[in-house]
Amino acid sequence: MFCHGLISLDGGCQQLCHHRKIMSLCHSYVPNYFSIPDILATQEKVPCTFEVQVKHLGFLDPGSDKRDIEVGTNIELPFWMASVLKTQRPAIADVGLPKIFKESYRDILKADPVVVDLHKLAPYFYEFGMSLCMLNHRESPEIVNVLVESFKQRFRKILDWAQHSNIEVPESKKLDNAEKIIYQAGREVGSSLHLWLTEGGSLIMAAGMVMQHKKMKLTQRDLLQ
Amino acid sequence: MFCEKSLKLIKELDRSQEAMPPFDDDGVRQVFEEMRGLYDQNVAAANDTTADPDGTAISGIAIRHAALERNKRCLLAYAYNRILRVRNMRWQFGPILPHDIKANFNEPEVQWFNNYNICVARYFKSIGAHGLDLTADVKPPKSLYVEVRSLTDYGKLELDNGEVVLLKKHSTHLMSRAQCEPLITQGVLEQISN
Repeated sequence: MFCHGLISLDGGCQQLCHHRKIMSLCHSYVPNYFSIPDILATQEKVPCTFEVQVKHLGFLDPGSDKRDIEVGTNIELPFWMASVLKTQRPAIADVGLPKIFKESYRDILKADPVVVDLHKLAPYFYEFGMSLCMLNHRESPEIVNVLVESFKQRFRKILDWAQHSNIEVPESKKLDNAEKIIYQAGREVGSSLHLWLTEGGSLIMAAGMVMQHKKMKLTQRDLLQ
Repeated sequence: MFCEKSLKLIKELDRSQEAMPPFDDDGVRQVFEEMRGLYDQNVAAANDTTADPDGTAISGIAIRHAALERNKRCLLAYAYNRILRVRNMRWQFGPILPHDIKANFNEPEVQWFNNYNICVARYFKSIGAHGLDLTADVKPPKSLYVEVRSLTDYGKLELDNGEVVLLKKHSTHLMSRAQCEPLITQGVLEQISN
C-alpha cells in the first residue's frame, strides 16, 4: 500500500515537471515499459547467493575463472537478473539487500534522512527501493517505511530550497534522481511565477529545445577556435 | 556480463537529456548480435536433453532468457524515447528542423517526422472553419504589434502587407505579433521588453 502511494506521488511530481515537454507522464516501470530512469534503476547491483549449480555461466562471476557457477557462490548482479533468479521455482539464488537498504544504513536514514548523500549512495533510491520490495524480502516492510519517512522529511527540505533560493543550493547535489526532478520542477515553477508577477508573462520566448541547441552550437564553435 | 551494450545505448540517451544524439547503428547491431547468440545458446540447451539428467540446464536458460528480454526492453526504449524527442521537436522548432539536428536522425525517424508533420498540419486545418495554428499565441496577446530585435543575419522577410524588411543582426523592428511569433520561438528574433 505504501509502495503504491509512493509510486503515484513520484509519478505526480514527474508529471508536473514534464507537462510542458510532452513526455510520457509516468516513469515507473508499472505501467511504463519504456522508462529510461526505470531501466537505469533496475541496473543497480544486489548481492545474490546461488542455491543451485548453473552450468556454462561462470563468467558472470568476475572473481573466478570456472566454467560453472557453484552452489553458494556470492555475486553482485544487476537487479533485473536477480529478480529472475529469485522468482524462478525453485529459486536459483537468494537475493540479499544492497548496502544502502541494510539495517545499519536504515538506522542512519531513520536518524536524519536529510543529511544523507543519496546521489552518491543510491542515485535511484526510491525507484530501486520500490522494485526491491516487490521481491518480498523478509525486511521489505521496514524498507518501505524508511522510503516513505525519508521522502517525507527530505521533501520538506527540497520544497524549502526550491521556493526560497534563487541560486541552486549546493545541497541539491545530494539528491537522488527523482528528488532532483522535483527540485528542478519546483525552481522552474517558482521562477515562472516570479516572471508572471513582474512582467505579466506577455513576452514571447524561444522554445526550450531551441535555446539548448543554440547553446550547444556556441560551445562547439568555442571548441573549434 | 550480459546487456552491457544495450545499457550503453540507454545511458547515452539519458546523458544527452533533451538533445538528439546520433543514432548508434553500430551499438544496435552489436546488441542484435548478442541477442542472436543468446537465443542460439538457449535453443541448443533446450534441445540437448541428454546432457541434462538432473534438470539444472533450466536455470541457465532462465538467466539467458532474462538477458534477452532485458536487451529487448533496452532497444525498444531506445527507439521509443528517440521518437518522443522527435515529436517534441515538431512543437518546439516548428515543421522545419535545423540541418545539424536532422543529421542525427536515421532513415525511419526522418520518415516518421515527415508523417507526423503531415498529421499535425491536417489536424490544424480541421479546427474551425479556417483552421487554427495551435503553436501560435501560446501566451495571451496584449498588443497587435511588438518590438523585436534580430539575433542573427536572417536575410529578407516579406511581411503580410507586402513590405520587405531586412533582418540583420542587432537591428530592431516593429512587427505584427502573429508574424514574428514563430521566428521568436525559433530563436531568430527576441522580443524587447518595455
